[in-house]
Amino acid sequence: MALVAVTRDPLDLQALTAAIAKEASGDGAVAGFTGLVRDHNQGRRVRFLEYEAYEPLAVRALELIVTEAREMWPDARLAMHHRIGRIEIGEASIIIVAASAHRAHAFAACRYAIERVKQIVPIWKHEHFEGGEVWLEGAVADPDDEKARLAAYRIACA
Amino acid sequence: MRVTVRLFARLRDLAGAGELVREVEAPATVQTVWKALTAEMPSLVQYESTMSVAVNAEYAKMAAAVRDGDEVAFLPPVSGG
Repeated sequence: MALVAVTRDPLDLQALTAAIAKEASGDGAVAGFTGLVRDHNQGRRVRFLEYEAYEPLAVRALELIVTEAREMWPDARLAMHHRIGRIEIGEASIIIVAASAHRAHAFAACRYAIERVKQIVPIWKHEHFEGGEVWLEGAVADPDDEKARLAAYRIACA
Repeated sequence: MRVTVRLFARLRDLAGAGELVREVEAPATVQTVWKALTAEMPSLVQYESTMSVAVNAEYAKMAAAVRDGDEVAFLPPVSGG
């Protein structure tokens, strides 16, 4: 199983955890994060989300996050799958697994990864809510923005 | 020379297409392609200060050179996760 992927298929946290744990004889910790589609956003009742990606660049951006995390926590390894297409309420849109010798780096790498996903991965949510639809727009994606990267790092280590 | 323009999310909706092929004069940069595009579709201009750009699926700057056959992408602020 690829450790980094953008896929239209439902996500499988167990399988991704197994994939990263396979070569983890030196690891004492695996931290996981699952992002779910929720039924409300900014006062709107959400029906479902449609995710769109610039797929080749999204995969590269995810790989860049893996590289960045490895530089900061050399003993940590990351795996990330982002789902795109129509995703129903309660279904997972992203899963992240981080393995490390000790829990601190596993948690930090996992948190760093989701913060960076929201900053630099070219994926967009098209929210379908009761009464309409809207494209959600968050961060201006710039992988060279050191301030944004450090903000993610600080949150990860808080 | 000929370039493929890719547009995503709301930019794609505003343009009415996610992929366009356009002729631009060489030498060209991402800026050249954007100027040609916004001359044709003025509603896209609202993204000028908040979009990111990519050339051949790599993040790039507006001043980056664009060559014949390149794919130039314009990306609104992202909202993954």
